[in-house]
Amino acid sequence: MRFRITEYFVPAILVTLTLVFLTFFLVLPLVTIFVEAFSKGYQAYLNAFNEEYAMSAIYLTIFTAAIAVPVNTIFGVAAAWCITKYRFWGRNVLITIIDLPFAISPVIAGLIFVLAFGKHSGFGGWFVDHNIEIIFAVPGIVLATVFVTFPFVARELIPLMQEQGSLEEEAAVSLGASGWQTFWRITLPNIKWGLIYGIILCNARAMGEFGAVSVVSGNIRGETNTLPLYIETLYASYATVPAFAMATLLAALGLITLVIKTAVEWKIKYDRSKG
Amino acid sequence: MVLPGFRITLGFTLTYTALIVLIPLSLLVWHASHLTAADFFKTVGNPQVVASYKLTFTASFLAALTNAVFGFIAAWALVRYRFPGRKILDSIIDIPFAIPTAVSGIALTTICADSGWVGGLAKAYGIKLVEFAERYRLDFFDVPLLDKVDGLRIAYTPLGVYTALVFIGLPFVVRTLQPAITDFDKEIEEAAHSLGANRFQTFWRIIFPSLVPALVTGFVLAFARALGEYGSVIFIAGNIPFETEITSQLIYTQLEELNYPKATAIALVMLVASFTCMFAINMIQWYSARYSK
Repeated sequence: MRFRITEYFVPAILVTLTLVFLTFFLVLPLVTIFVEAFSKGYQAYLNAFNEEYAMSAIYLTIFTAAIAVPVNTIFGVAAAWCITKYRFWGRNVLITIIDLPFAISPVIAGLIFVLAFGKHSGFGGWFVDHNIEIIFAVPGIVLATVFVTFPFVARELIPLMQEQGSLEEEAAVSLGASGWQTFWRITLPNIKWGLIYGIILCNARAMGEFGAVSVVSGNIRGETNTLPLYIETLYASYATVPAFAMATLLAALGLITLVIKTAVEWKIKYDRSKG
Repeated sequence: MVLPGFRITLGFTLTYTALIVLIPLSLLVWHASHLTAADFFKTVGNPQVVASYKLTFTASFLAALTNAVFGFIAAWALVRYRFPGRKILDSIIDIPFAIPTAVSGIALTTICADSGWVGGLAKAYGIKLVEFAERYRLDFFDVPLLDKVDGLRIAYTPLGVYTALVFIGLPFVVRTLQPAITDFDKEIEEAAHSLGANRFQTFWRIIFPSLVPALVTGFVLAFARALGEYGSVIFIAGNIPFETEITSQLIYTQLEELNYPKATAIALVMLVASFTCMFAINMIQWYSARYSK
């Protein structure tokens, strides 16, 4: 029997390269976060959370996501419904526009809200005159987060609902169901896994957004510091252990997101194979 | 049969999209239109700004290219071969998406700094390389980034910017290629085999050409993301003007100095670059959809 170099040698090389490349770029950074966080021991790690600023940063992060995620979820479902269930003029343009925030640098995303609500624009001047703070305050952070997480749910749902078609919904409506009943009883159960997936991705980004939020926040400790901004402040002041301790929270959130994502993909595959 | 809800869902979608995306974005263009052409070109052609474009575009291009090569290998190995740890690796490909950029930024900086795992190795072997070159009178120790005292420096050099951009772009290439490799029709491959092609010929002539659209799409996606990337880069870059300052950082600095017209002008240049990438991706997809039929 002749030894085929391509059959054993090539796969071995390719697998080795993959392992080395992915270990260096994915595993190492992840491990570093936890190693650094616990490098001065368990107590030092816990002390990082015993800060007033840490708590206010965690609170603001959750607050921001609690607004951005539901709002963008409602939008995502509405957008996916009108885009996939009907044909209308400008439909493809709308799909492209929904994707826009993905193509825009986070710094520019922050910039457009500074321009819109800063005191130099006529619009922003009105808010300044009425003592309503938007930029360098919490509303600005929420707006910037809503902008960067805008496409997530819609993007997950559009291809899914496109693929499923509208036959089931049409059957429901022709049997006398109302629009709401059709949505709750037919569409929602069909799209629930994709929806969950979109929501967790949206949430991970909402809690982790740095660039856009950094531009609009003004970095006021205890007031406009979200978790990623607080991490930057700590790291810049050489407080490495607290910085990485905070980072473990976001890294854990990211890992949970990946686990749910894998589970959802598995579930979708399973449902499909079942028919 | 028309389903109910068209007017309300479309109305809501359009209003919300206009409020969150279109109006703020058009304000950027409106603000930029207040600049005179002379001011605009003076700002975007400023040497420090031009240096930042060079760094941003070069590092983004090289990072996307690296991802195209290694991402292809990784996607291929993950789909075609069975090896221990495959499933775990497959599910952690999305780490750069899932972990906030600020977090990956400080992690990458720690790894690549002199005292870090990779930075330490690069320092030790970099010094050895320079010594070796000197001993045998090979004149390459003048290479930028290679230093007699510090060895090969990654953090706070353009190499650091490149490293962060490879990290952030990796999932784009792998995730675009994986479905294309999975969907490739095995029968075509078997047909090529039975007609006498060897494995290499089958790959190079039959499989690879059909994967090119996905590969190019992944490349452009990674490149576009790298152009606008901020959080994961600024920590490892060190932001030295003319050396390691990316364009996003420059926009940020202008904003901090309340220099809104300048920030707007530079942002407009980057926006045009991003939209060109988006347009390119749409063209590739349109072309490959038409071509494959």
